Amino acid sequence: MELLSIEGTPKTPTVTMNPNTGVIEIKGRSIPENSIEFYKTIIDWIDEYSKSPQPNTVVNIQFEYFNTSSSKCILDVFKKFEMLKKNKADVVINWYYEEDDEDMLEAGEDYESIIKVPFKMIQIVD
Amino acid sequence: MHQGNIIIAYKGSVNADIIADTLSLVEVKLNDEMEHSLTRKKVYNVLVECLQNLFHHVDTVPGFYNEDNFGVFILSKIDEGFRVSTGNMVNGQKKEILKQKIDKINSLDKEELKEFYKFVLNNQMFSDKGGGGLGLIDIARKTGNKLEYTFTPFDESFDFFTLSATIND
Repeated sequence: MELLSIEGTPKTPTVTMNPNTGVIEIKGRSIPENSIEFYKTIIDWIDEYSKSPQPNTVVNIQFEYFNTSSSKCILDVFKKFEMLKKNKADVVINWYYEEDDEDMLEAGEDYESIIKVPFKMIQIVD
Repeated sequence: MHQGNIIIAYKGSVNADIIADTLSLVEVKLNDEMEHSLTRKKVYNVLVECLQNLFHHVDTVPGFYNEDNFGVFILSKIDEGFRVSTGNMVNGQKKEILKQKIDKINSLDKEELKEFYKFVLNNQMFSDKGGGGLGLIDIARKTGNKLEYTFTPFDESFDFFTLSATIND
């Protein structure tokens, strides 16, 4: 299985998904008008990865902004990891947010309350 | 629909390019004007939702304007902070649905809005336009203020709808 690497744009995040280390990173902004297409690549990759996952998968999420069109897709991504965890693989989601950014912290807590995967809220201090 | 000092104002066809150009222009302007990055982030976030909401809902009124997808938007600096307003035509059927939705959002407190957001996030499908149905709830949550709206009758079938959100500084 191949590494997935997508370069960020003003509207979409930088994505790095490594099947050999089990480290998955989504970083930057996600504000496309229609986000389904963008996230389909990510979701397809996770489906493939889930067939023979690493014993430990670490998901690092560091958004600067995301719009509500992305928020449902992000939930779908997390649901894939929830399924992975249900199938006895170890998964942790690290949710990064900028110091004092209550909106981004709350957004992470919203997902944490819906998804049955351990979340770690990590404040980024300059 | 306009108050305070205008940062950006637009009237015409609303499409993906206009929105992208506006967002990058506003980002530069806000960076120049403001040190407080959290307010800047909030303004940007709310603007993204307002413009994309507009983009998904601009109805073309036959014979009204020489371009399709007519809409207006204004971002201005006011005493309390910032104000984003959008305007577009809506037909009678949409008007009732919108009115009910906004009134419902405005009736909820902070905690109820959070629960409502999570419910829609987890239970509702995307609309055919790709909108998640979360935009207005998100704007209300992020601003902590009530959504202001007006409907002005245009003809038998259409109303001009304006929506405004205030972001406190």
